[in-house]
Amino acid sequence: MSDATIHHAGDRKWTDYFTFCTDHKVIGIQYLVTAFLFYFIGGALAEIVRTELATPDPDFVSPEVYNQMFTMHGTIMIFLWIVPAGAAFANYLIPLMIGADDMAFPRLNAVAFWMQPVGGILLILSFFVGAPQAGWTSYPPLSLISGKWGEELWILCLLILGTASILGAINFVTTIFKMRAPDMDIHSMPLFCWAMLATSALILLSTPVLAAALILLSFDLMAGTAFFNPTGGGDPIVYQHLFWFYSHPAVYIMVLPFFGVISEILPVHSRKPIFGYRAIAYSGLAISFLGLIVWAHHMFTSGTPGWLRMFFMATTMLVAVPTGIKIFSWCATLWGGKLQLNSALLFAIGFLSSFLIGGLTGVMLAAAPFDIHVHDTYFVVGHFHYVLFGGSVFALFGAVYHWFPKMTGKMYNETWGKIHFAMTFIGFNMTFLPMHYLGLQGMNRRIALYDPQFQPLNQVCTLGSYILALSTLPFLVSIVLGLVNGKAAGRNPWRALTLEWQTTSPPSIENFDEPPVLWAGPYEYGIDGEPRDEDSIEEMLAEVAEMS
Amino acid sequence: MKIVTNQRHFQTVCFNVVTSSYSKKAPTFPVNIPNSITTLIAGIAITLISLWYGQNHGLLPVAASADANDVDELFNLMMTIATGLFILIEGVLVICLIRFRRKQGDLTDGPAIEGNVPLEIVWTAIPTVIVFILAIYSFEIYNKMGGLDPMVSGGGMTMAHHHQHNPNTMDNMVAMEPDSKIAIGIGKSMSANDEDPLVVDVNGLQYAWIFTYPDTGIVSGDLHVPVDRPIQLNMKAADVIHAFWLPEFRIKQDVMPGQVSQLSFVANREGTYPVICAELCGSYHGGMKTTMTVETAEGYDQWVQSRTVALQDGEGQPLPVDSTALTDAEFLQAYAEEMGIIENTLEQIPHHPLGMMSMAQ
Repeated sequence: MSDATIHHAGDRKWTDYFTFCTDHKVIGIQYLVTAFLFYFIGGALAEIVRTELATPDPDFVSPEVYNQMFTMHGTIMIFLWIVPAGAAFANYLIPLMIGADDMAFPRLNAVAFWMQPVGGILLILSFFVGAPQAGWTSYPPLSLISGKWGEELWILCLLILGTASILGAINFVTTIFKMRAPDMDIHSMPLFCWAMLATSALILLSTPVLAAALILLSFDLMAGTAFFNPTGGGDPIVYQHLFWFYSHPAVYIMVLPFFGVISEILPVHSRKPIFGYRAIAYSGLAISFLGLIVWAHHMFTSGTPGWLRMFFMATTMLVAVPTGIKIFSWCATLWGGKLQLNSALLFAIGFLSSFLIGGLTGVMLAAAPFDIHVHDTYFVVGHFHYVLFGGSVFALFGAVYHWFPKMTGKMYNETWGKIHFAMTFIGFNMTFLPMHYLGLQGMNRRIALYDPQFQPLNQVCTLGSYILALSTLPFLVSIVLGLVNGKAAGRNPWRALTLEWQTTSPPSIENFDEPPVLWAGPYEYGIDGEPRDEDSIEEMLAEVAEMS
Repeated sequence: MKIVTNQRHFQTVCFNVVTSSYSKKAPTFPVNIPNSITTLIAGIAITLISLWYGQNHGLLPVAASADANDVDELFNLMMTIATGLFILIEGVLVICLIRFRRKQGDLTDGPAIEGNVPLEIVWTAIPTVIVFILAIYSFEIYNKMGGLDPMVSGGGMTMAHHHQHNPNTMDNMVAMEPDSKIAIGIGKSMSANDEDPLVVDVNGLQYAWIFTYPDTGIVSGDLHVPVDRPIQLNMKAADVIHAFWLPEFRIKQDVMPGQVSQLSFVANREGTYPVICAELCGSYHGGMKTTMTVETAEGYDQWVQSRTVALQDGEGQPLPVDSTALTDAEFLQAYAEEMGIIENTLEQIPHHPLGMMSMAQ
């Protein structure tokens, strides 16, 4: 078999990426590119927020616009960036990793993707009718009185994206259970697939509850019902319960896929088996389960009785155990390895070091007496950015670098990738670390005007956010240089063992020209202690293929 | 790589459960683990640094009540543990970055270690024990603060008095049993306390706090309380959800329309402290703050005196002592300037969508 012919067979026209295409690889890239477009929009909104906060007075934008900015920033980053970016990798990788030729329901998959731009455009349209300004949490009664049409568009956007997310999850679960290569049992499938199982379970169980809440909110908003409106006998606290029943699991929906990504990147680039395969696989499921019974920790200062606060405090703290298992296992994977410090691994290690901080502050926030002090302050803002940016986004960039050669057939530019990492790491910590102190000292969140005593640190945050914004430039340079004149990647530039590396880069339309050969478990590095390069792997695969 | 010649053997290698197939081949675990003396010294150093930093982080503002000190103790403990874990994990990462870099041209893999059951048991058990300790300790502090006190809301489930006249209010909708045991809020039961508590009614509205002292009839835009005397705040909101936060007291409670919530505390330190709305309540949310002045009993009496005299002299007119004949907007107009409420906020109130809806009923 010759690489060249296969490559051409699998070559896609650029126009394919703008069509209703049912190829999971096309859909994965459609998801990824769309998500990145919204990342840039959401990032621009964040910069407006940070620029406003450079001074204590509401002088850069009006307070109304400020509230619109952070509402849209939160909504876009969650529902149009991190969640679909997770779906992007899941779509692209799951069939390849399990040796299938596509997802179980290819057409449903394409439908789910095409709901993304529809939802996204609806949300962007709200700028023209007065964007929503009640925060991404959209608590009534505030959300019922701060702009009808913007709020309604926000609701519609979330309903559409939530539906897409459910369709995607059905597809992931079915594909993983039903389409694995004949010899791949569930304990020899890559951990990314385990992570997507845990993620999909959460999506399927919690997203419908959000939909219910949003539909009722929509009735209150448009038809004047009073499900959540206290003046009509409704209860705004019920909305909070329904909202967080989805939106806390949403945090895990956003981070679990990237836990999976980390479990893929670390073994390959440190040349060691993943440490504690089963512990990592099942701790993901444990997080998924616990994630369903912790929601009211967002409501420790709300209309909740003491006993309820205590119950949710205990369950929330338990999340630290499976999360701790993962972090320790990842560190043990690195320990004693042979680390190839490329951009992918740097971002993965950046993930470990930043996510750790988000995890530690997460346990603190679980403690109700302390949470009562810092709830709705910049401490919380710092915390969740360490989880979602320091966690998910760092891993996401790691994933882009790790699978870029597979997706494009070319290598990205390593130097610019490393510059990207350095700027992201510095900018990120500068932006979000000081926020913990600000919150502890008394700076509440979602404010356009603040006490002048907090100005110096806010300026540090703002400066950091500019570095963070600029860090996307070296990223784009690295990617574009890779696409334009990157050196050919070959099938397996990382000498990795998971199945996606057995096919051509980019893979042909049917993924594998011959059934993939399961010649080793996904992480069986270092078994024989022999040096192994790209060629020797190819050689061996040929040998194995001959035998069978 | 030796080419696998026997397919049977090959499949065994491939598909056998990962853990079992390695335990025979894997080198013993502590490859590259520093020798025990270094480990011991590092452990002691991490412990000492954590213990020191846990007490000396200087991250929290002044604590102005005994409860705040308790919360700080909890935070210090969590900081100590977090510092230890932080140094441990980041230390491991830094060591990996320095010691375990691949040498140029080295195509061999690292050691095939794929788990270590005793180690994994340890790092599952230790966090489990830690979170149990934290949960129990947090529970105790929460209970000590009165968070589980069933009497907190015992008398609190009726609307604050100066609103009962108003057809716009939602009294009938919060008609809970007066002896309801649902505690919304935090703070010790005042009825069980020997000391005479000072009760203040708090009304949150876009974008101000209004404090009414039922015992003297004083209505104020800032809060004055005597030191060392139990204070009980009965709180409700006029429009949207607000949250009443006293950072120096480490307490916060949402203030909701249609539902009374409570906070009670004893200030033990004189001073003027910020009172902040912590729940997004609209565009000027950031401006919704005032102060709480904690003063000696005499100082507080003096303040009460000066406000009462002002009321009697008519100096403060049209400040109504009895607000029952006024609508919210009229009632508030008098205080608008004093509290720096943005004028159009007040204008909104009669036309407030929520207000309109309730009137229509």
